[in-house]
Parts: sequence; structure tokens; C-alpha cells
Amino acid sequence: MSISAILFLLVFAAAVWWFTRNVRKVRRNILLGRDLQRTDRPAERWALMTKVALGQSKMVVRPVAGLLHIVVYAGFIIINIEVLEIIIDGIFGTHRAFSFLGGLYSLLIGSFEILALLTWLACAIFLIRRFVLRIKRFWSREMTAWPRTDAGVILSIEILLMTAFLLMNAADHTLQSMGAEHYVQAGAFPVSAVLAGFFGFGTMDASTLIGIERFCWWFHIIGILGFLNYLPYSKHFHILLAFPNVWYSKLQPKTQMSDMPRVAAEVKSMVDPSIPPPPPPAEPEPGMPPEHFGAKDVFDLTWKSLMDAYTCTECGRCTSVCPANLTGKLLSPRKIVMDTRDRLEEVGRVIDKKGKWEDDGKDLFSRISEEELWACTTCNACTQACPVNIDPVEIILDMRRFLVMEQSKPSPSLNAMFTTIENNGAAWAFGPDKRMEWMKE
Amino acid sequence: MPQPLQVKTMADYTASGETPEVLFWIGCMGSFDDRARKITKAFVRILNKANVKFAVLGQEEGCTGDPARRAGNEFLFQMQALQNITILNGYGVKRIVTACPHCFNTVKNEYPVLGGQYEVMHHTQFINALIKEGRIKVEGGSFKGKRITFHDPCYLGRGNGEYEAPREVLLKLDAALVEMKRSKEKGLCCGAGGAQMWKEAEKGDKEVNVERTEEAVGTGAKIIAAGCPFCNTMLTDGVKAVGEEGKVVVKDIAELIAEAGEL
Repeated sequence: MSISAILFLLVFAAAVWWFTRNVRKVRRNILLGRDLQRTDRPAERWALMTKVALGQSKMVVRPVAGLLHIVVYAGFIIINIEVLEIIIDGIFGTHRAFSFLGGLYSLLIGSFEILALLTWLACAIFLIRRFVLRIKRFWSREMTAWPRTDAGVILSIEILLMTAFLLMNAADHTLQSMGAEHYVQAGAFPVSAVLAGFFGFGTMDASTLIGIERFCWWFHIIGILGFLNYLPYSKHFHILLAFPNVWYSKLQPKTQMSDMPRVAAEVKSMVDPSIPPPPPPAEPEPGMPPEHFGAKDVFDLTWKSLMDAYTCTECGRCTSVCPANLTGKLLSPRKIVMDTRDRLEEVGRVIDKKGKWEDDGKDLFSRISEEELWACTTCNACTQACPVNIDPVEIILDMRRFLVMEQSKPSPSLNAMFTTIENNGAAWAFGPDKRMEWMKE
Repeated sequence: MPQPLQVKTMADYTASGETPEVLFWIGCMGSFDDRARKITKAFVRILNKANVKFAVLGQEEGCTGDPARRAGNEFLFQMQALQNITILNGYGVKRIVTACPHCFNTVKNEYPVLGGQYEVMHHTQFINALIKEGRIKVEGGSFKGKRITFHDPCYLGRGNGEYEAPREVLLKLDAALVEMKRSKEKGLCCGAGGAQMWKEAEKGDKEVNVERTEEAVGTGAKIIAAGCPFCNTMLTDGVKAVGEEGKVVVKDIAELIAEAGEL
């Protein structure tokens, strides 16, 4: 086995090991959430995932961003076939291991090149939209230094990867036509042939070209493995979680709120003493916080809300249609989801460091204010707009439940509404005897 | 001179040993709010005209618990739900129609798991069915050719996927239905949902209802059609806020149908 093959194997193994380690952490963090059954109606779930995640159906609601995104998405998926070949070549020291496919191979490489060029262009347009045109939803309050940097890094890496891929092919193509040893005649190079001409590759000697080809090959594959390992730290993790996140979507009507079976059972037993009260909640596992009514911290949200948080790619479509945000209120559904992820990762770091959870004196309310929570109209414009079916309303309502049921802290005037419902069975201060007065007028 | 309203309670029906074909769930707003009471009466006139044997609960109706639940008070919601379900099941109610999308959503989606299973319809769905079955005839009347825009209630549209029934009914008025840019799935909220109706808005630079009313008025329609008493109030206030009072009116679909038929 050659030194370069051993080197490649080491790099590859290290990348896979580190990525697996981080994905397991993400999984562990998501499972800190409350239990929730989301495996009913599997046929419907597969269909939804095919349409929304695979088929990008909600992306194209905004045609410009949607179509550009489909280019990058298709580029990403299809060029991964090329990565498979790169891995095989890296391990076995072959060159273009799939070239035996002949005409089909030319077709594949040719279309990869065109996609790579389109992806390059789409990423460049994305960068311009974000940093030159400064489209509003990329510059709102929650888009602080890191989210903005993260977006820039992702797009730049993709541009560099595509550049390396095309330059590698350009050098390879030139070497092939020079009849260089090891560089078998294979593939079609509609884009890189032009690049080779542009950069004057034809005038270079073979050793320079081999240098360029090898450098780009290593840059491309190390870049991809590095990018893979960047995902768990980044909003770009959506490329993986989008699929399960859509599969586990809420299938009930959007405005149907989640049940609280324990509260229902307690109220039943209160009203009818012949019904025994529900058994007390199970003791939390040692060191874990007790169960709350509603959500104080990430442990009280469902695991789906936590998966939502890791799936969010911060596109801001939710916030751009939120009636509260549109009218200048503090609430931004994207911020709610980003704060949830930040808090969850903070909790994860405590567990990493101490080996178990230890109260750090913080919770979701350290990041999300009551003012934000009370501004929501539950209109579900955000859940409708989200291309990967994230549900910020669920988090908001779970946190409201905690504020009211454990802290008796509703938005001030809501207490009056509670009181009149309790006293009159009506949301306004009229007794039951007034219910039919509309007839008299 | 309009006909006097014919309304019987569930208790009346039970006493006479009869079963109504549907229960009209009026809701707190339809019972107590001056503006929403007009919607209640308009819908009753339609039901009377179509000879629908319907009942109301009268004094036995209570808040569904929607605002309490959305304001985080699950105990209060459960209390209301339990009381209402006990009464509804006690009368053996099977079908319910309501003019409030919030009551509609709660009874239809949130009561079943608590033991209350009914066929629940929004009044625009019910009116649409009456028209299709030929139980009422609708002609444009004074609305013929008028520009009307429809504001989708979140709890009917995005919440429960019903965008067409209200529009189908409106088209029966031979009116020119003009859509706002933000309509159907993209409809903008009036600002009242999620218990906002009972509190001041948080600090911002605009009221949600004004934002929405501007859009509705911008279509050039002089009639804004609504399908929810909350939206109706918010948009009526919005019309005043944008200085269009007297020029633009907000009407529930039931009111438009009743007026067109001079009921």
C-alpha cells in the first residue's frame, strides 16, 4: 500500500470517527427532550418527506431562492457519486476507478461538471444576496456575528470545493490529452476544458500539472471530510436532519394544541371524586431536573422541538411572515428556535464536561423573554413557511404553559380573562343568564 | 319587516322528544359582543330560511377554553372542556356548527381526545352545503358585481385547511372576489389569535390589524368579508384606524348571504 493511500485512510478514518462522535452527541442532546409519539401514519410520513424534504416543495414558494437552492442541493447530492470514486481511488491508488463505465462515465463526469459550475454560481449569488444586497431576513436581530459568519463560511467552502473539483478535472483532462502515464483517457470535461484553456494548462509541463491535479484532489477530499465535520457545529446540519425532521412532522391540524394528559386526568378526578387522581409523576432519573408543567428548560420540550432546533438553517422565512415581527415586536420565531439550540448545546457541554447534568442556574428563559412569548398570535404563518416543518409555536406555547401554571405569570390582563371564565364560563364578564340576550335586540 | 328569529334550545328539543339535525355553537363572542351578535342573528336567519332544525345550548354553553389554553392555562381549559363535553354528550349531540373558527378548532380537534367526538363544521362550510343541497338559494342582490376581498381566519385556513368553502359561498353573490397578496396559506393574521384578544399588544411600531386592513383596503374592495368574529372586530377597528370608516365595511359571510337574500 502506498504512503498516500495510508495517509488517505488515516484522514478518512479520523473524519468518520470525529463526525460519528459529534452526531452521537447531537442524538443524545435531542433525546434529553420529553417523550412524544410520532410514528403513527407512516405511509403519510414517507410521502410528506418525499415531497417536502426530498422534493423541496416548500422551498420553491419563493422561486428565486428556491430554484437556486435546488441547484446547490442537486449539485451536492449528485457530486457525492464522484466522492465515492474519489474514496475508492484514494484507498486503492487507482485513477478514475469508475472509468470502465465508458460512455456512461463521460455522461456522469460531464453532468457533474455542469452541476459544479451551476452550484458555484448559485453559491456566489447567495453570497451576494446575503452580504451585498443584504436581504432583510439575513440581517435581523438574532443574526449576530456567529450566524452571519456561519453562512459565509458554508457558502465559501462550497465555492472552494467546486473550484478544486473543476481545477482537478482541468489538470486531469490536460494530462490525459498529453498521454501522461496513469492518467487514463476517461470522462467528458465540458467546463474544465474551458478552464484549462483559460489558465493555460496546455503550456505547462506534466509535473506541474500533476502537482495541481494532486493538490486539488487532496483539497477536494479533505475539504469534503472537513465540511462533513463542520456540519454538527453549524446551521448546515439541516442537510441531514431535514429528512427525519420532516418525517416526524406534526400531522394534526396546525392549530391543534398538544395534550397534557396528566392535567386532564387531574381535572377529571377533581370534578368527579369517584375517579382516582393520576399516579404522581415518576421520579426523574438521578441528577435530572423534575418534570414541569410546560417548558422551563430544554428537558421539558419534546424531543421533536429539540430536533427542530438542530434542523433550523436560519433562513428566516418564519420571521419574515410573522405578524408580530412584521409590526416591530420583539418576537422572531427564528430566534426562538436558535435560542433553543444554543441552550441545548450549552446543556450538552455541561454533560460533556461533568459526565452528567448539573444545574447551571440557567434555562430557556435566560435567552427567551416573556415579551417575545406573549407576542405570538399562534397564527402558524411560521410553521407554514418553514421549508423543513419546524414548529416554533409549540415551543412558545410550552413556555407560556410554564409561565402560567408554575409561575402564575401570564401577560397582565390575561388574569381577568381567566377569572371571568372561571366565574361565568365565558371569556367576557357576562353570566350564563345573558347568553341568549342577543335574541332580544 | 324581518321575520322573528326561531331559536330552540337543546333542552326544548329534549322536552318535546325531538332531535335537531345540528347544534349551533354560538361562542362567547357571538353571544355577548355587540358586533358579533349581528353575525349570530344573520346565521340564524339563514338557518330559519333553509328550515334547518337546529338547537342552541343557551345558558348551558360555556367558553370552549381556547383562549385559556393558548394563554397557558391548561387547568382552566380542561375544566371548560370537561363541562362542555359532559353537556354535549348528555344531549347526544352528533353535529355542531359554529361561526367562530376558534370554537371550531377546539371542539373539532381538541375535544375528541377528551371524549367529545362530533362532526364539527364552520358556518361557511354549512352555508356552502345548504346552497349545494338547494336548501337555500343565493343571488347577488345588492352585492352583484361589487369588489369583495376575503380575509382568511388563521384557525380556519392554515389551522384546518379550509380555504375554499368561504370563497365558494362568496362567488354565489356574483361579486368580484379580489384576493389580497397574502391570502390562503400565506394569509396574514388579524392580530387577535392566541389570546391576544384579551391583552394589549407588545411594543412595536404598528398594530397587526392595521397592517392587515391596509392590505385589504389596498385591493380596492369596499367590502372586506370575514369568517371569524375576532377577525371581524380587528378589521372593523382597522378600518377606523386607516380612516376608511363609512367607505369600507367589514361583513361576515353569513351577513352577506342574509343581506343578499333580504333575510
